[in-house]
Amino acid sequence: MFRVFVFFLCFIACVANVNGGTTAVIVPDTMAERVRACTICHTGEDKIERDAYYPRLAGKSQGYLFNQLRHFRDGRRIYPPMAILLENMSDEYLQEFAQYFSLLQLPYPKPEQFSMQAEEIALAERLIYSGIPEKDIPSCSACHGDNLMGIEPAIPGLLGLSRAYITAQLNGWRGGSLMRSRTPECMYEVAKQLSDDDVNAIAKLLARQPVEGKSRPLSELSPELRKRCGHQILLSEEMK
Amino acid sequence: MKRFVTFCTCSYLIIAVFWGSLAFATTDMVAEASKRSTNTQQVELGAYLARIGNCMGCHTAKGGQPFAGGRRLATSFGVFVTSNITPDKNTGIGLWSEEDFWQTLHHGKSRDGRLLYPVFPYTEYTKVTRQDANAIFAYLQSLPPISQSNPASDIAFPYNSQILLALWRTLFFKEGVYEPDFSKSETWNRGAYLAQGLGHCNACHTTRNVLGASQDDTLTGGEIGGMNWYAPSLSSRLEAGLSDWPIDEIVALLKTGVTERSMTLGPMGAVVRQSLQYLSEKDAHAMAIYLKSLSDNDSKISSGVNFSVMTGSLRRYLDFGGQLYEKHCQTCHGTDGKGAPGIYPALAGNRSVTMKSPLNTIRTVLHGGYPPTTQGNPKPYGMPPFQQILRNEEVALIVSYIRNTWGNRASLVTAVDVERSQGGTH
Ligand code: HEC
Ligand code: HEC
Ligand code: HEC
Ligand code: HEC
Ligand code: HEC
Repeated sequence: MFRVFVFFLCFIACVANVNGGTTAVIVPDTMAERVRACTICHTGEDKIERDAYYPRLAGKSQGYLFNQLRHFRDGRRIYPPMAILLENMSDEYLQEFAQYFSLLQLPYPKPEQFSMQAEEIALAERLIYSGIPEKDIPSCSACHGDNLMGIEPAIPGLLGLSRAYITAQLNGWRGGSLMRSRTPECMYEVAKQLSDDDVNAIAKLLARQPVEGKSRPLSELSPELRKRCGHQILLSEEMK
Repeated sequence: MKRFVTFCTCSYLIIAVFWGSLAFATTDMVAEASKRSTNTQQVELGAYLARIGNCMGCHTAKGGQPFAGGRRLATSFGVFVTSNITPDKNTGIGLWSEEDFWQTLHHGKSRDGRLLYPVFPYTEYTKVTRQDANAIFAYLQSLPPISQSNPASDIAFPYNSQILLALWRTLFFKEGVYEPDFSKSETWNRGAYLAQGLGHCNACHTTRNVLGASQDDTLTGGEIGGMNWYAPSLSSRLEAGLSDWPIDEIVALLKTGVTERSMTLGPMGAVVRQSLQYLSEKDAHAMAIYLKSLSDNDSKISSGVNFSVMTGSLRRYLDFGGQLYEKHCQTCHGTDGKGAPGIYPALAGNRSVTMKSPLNTIRTVLHGGYPPTTQGNPKPYGMPPFQQILRNEEVALIVSYIRNTWGNRASLVTAVDVERSQGGTH
């Protein structure tokens, strides 16, 4: 709430400056102006308000963001307030939103602080970096990049997200609810095999880590995993 | 010599036969080609008409395959699921004949004789000519078949009865192709044909009785059951009547969804994006001529102002709304409510804000929205949602304020009205 308020104050100050206090509304012909309906919720970082968390969008890969926007618009990822905004938008325009946010550079928030038991850390590290081969769960890092910063174009980074957001997303897939698209979806296949304890440990450990490094190119993804996530990768390539 | 003659005759014969067959082949090919080109022409015309009828808008599930049906339409009578109208033999209309299709579009009956519900706007499509219907059919048959069975509609008792539906049809369904009004110009008639028939404006812009039947076809406006939107009267200057608009501006609204003084919202944005933006210049012009001619019908419409004088205490009450406006809305809509024409709509003097039903205004403040992306307006600006920031009382204050400032005058809105405007779909 506070941040929204500050945002408005800044904007008012800016408008007042330009016009020397007159009333006419001057509208810059920019994407920044066109996304104001988004930035009322999506500020620079993850934001929690009235039981909802508004994830950060800045710097996420364009292909991934584009996929999500189409999912929201077409009802494959469920969040009605966004579906209403996107309802009458063309794919081309969604691609511009995705591009705008992917190029937006904003400082990342400080990592969250949690105390974690040694076992919990070990559990999270094993899942994140080694996976569970006998259950056919690849490590998170195999798909999200060795530094967890994501693999272009369609796999998002896992750092710089809040614990609340990570937990909610993983549970969204696990619950089998239609919050996020399910089939054919490689992330769903992974998440549905995690337990509550797994999710808690992973979300904490990820949210504690500072953001460092860059996302990796597609060549870092093994052919086998590329095939598994082929649907997402294809979707994000469609527009190019 | 004889041999020579024989040879000549033979070769002549051969040549004749050869030429003959060639000529035969050519006429055949010409006939075939011209058949194909009339066929492509018919298919192209059908594609255009299907756009104007917005068949795809209803017959495509969100994110689903075009024309394969499965979209759920919530109404006051239950949830209807649209049919697969691709030429798939088992799940679509692959086995249908032109005649079957005519029976559906014109008479509102399925191929097996089942009476169809008027959620499928055959009550308007009945005005479409046989020739245009055939073109649409040819187009649908040219689509790739998609095998997709859709769930059955979930219609509430007692509306699920075919007998009741038959009764409804005798009472309210006027079957018949559009009949031109010869006292009017050809252009006007073309516009009327499109608006009343394929464009099915009356499916939304009409007052409905409890049985969901349109009360008349003069586009007098009404709430759209199940959607929770109000489709304003197109024949009243207090609402969305266009009698005093220049033709060019009406054309711009139909084709781009925005003009200097107006912006389409929600379902009307969808109609523009999916359908009206594809109108040819000529047809858009014709429709504009027709819409402009709709007689002023203000008598049925009142402004609904529920107070007679602006007392001091009322003014102070509205001032609370004014403070909220200043904080949340002013940067876009302006201190003087004039907005930025074509980008952020003016609220001052905006009929959509002052018309009797505050439903669309409340919805817009709660949910925000973008006008549709169209060829003429590919990158619209947006209005943020405020539901997550403002309480219902605050929304009521702001809406009351914008309905009664800058010379606007309309009824006050309460938190209960805001509560009632929630829910429903687009
Ligand atoms: C009412 C607040 C709100 C508004 C306005 C809003 N969003 Fe969101 N957005 C959210 C929430 C909450 C989520 C997370 C939804 C979930 O849990 O799946 C989200 C998720 C997203 C995501 C997916 C992020 C990820 O990492 O997966 C994208 C992309 C996005 N929004 C873009 C936009 C754009 C573009 C707009 C403007 C057109 C917009 N949003 C407007 C609240 C909002
Ligand atoms: C087989 C490849 C693969 C593996 C293994 C994998 N992911 Fe993912 N993950 C993806 C893809 C692809 C997406 C994007 C999904 C989409 O487009 O909706 C994703 C998305 C996510 C998101 C959503 C991010 C956001 O911004 O909304 C989270 C959180 C996530 N993964 C966590 C994990 C964790 C934790 C693990 C390890 C337990 C893991 N992933 C393992 C492929 C994978
Ligand atoms: C407002 C939504 C809507 C629009 C627009 C619409 N339809 Fe439909 N249509 C429906 C619904 C709902 C049904 C099913 C009605 C029922 O089952 O009683 C239907 C049924 C049909 C059927 C019958 C299918 C069957 O198996 O019986 C055909 C054919 C059809 N529509 C073609 C069209 C064509 C062609 C257009 C465009 C000119 C069109 N529709 C536009 C909603 C719509
Ligand atoms: C699906 C329902 C639906 C259909 C079909 C429909 N409309 Fe609308 N229309 C609405 C709603 C709801 C509004 C109010 C929202 C708004 O102001 O844009 C509206 C508003 C309008 C406005 C006022 C727009 C403004 O901003 O001033 C005009 C003009 C209009 N419609 C014309 C038409 C015409 C012409 C047709 C037929 C070709 C048509 N409508 C078909 C639902 C519909
Ligand atoms: C970021 C700019 C922005 C802000 C802030 C904003 N609006 Fe809007 N508003 C718009 C745009 C753009 C539209 C057109 C939306 C559409 O067509 O779907 C609009 C449409 C409207 C409409 C419908 C007008 C019509 O023609 O039917 C109303 C009413 C409205 N806004 C009121 C408000 C109020 C009240 C607030 C403050 C609580 C507000 N707006 C804040 C940009 C804004």
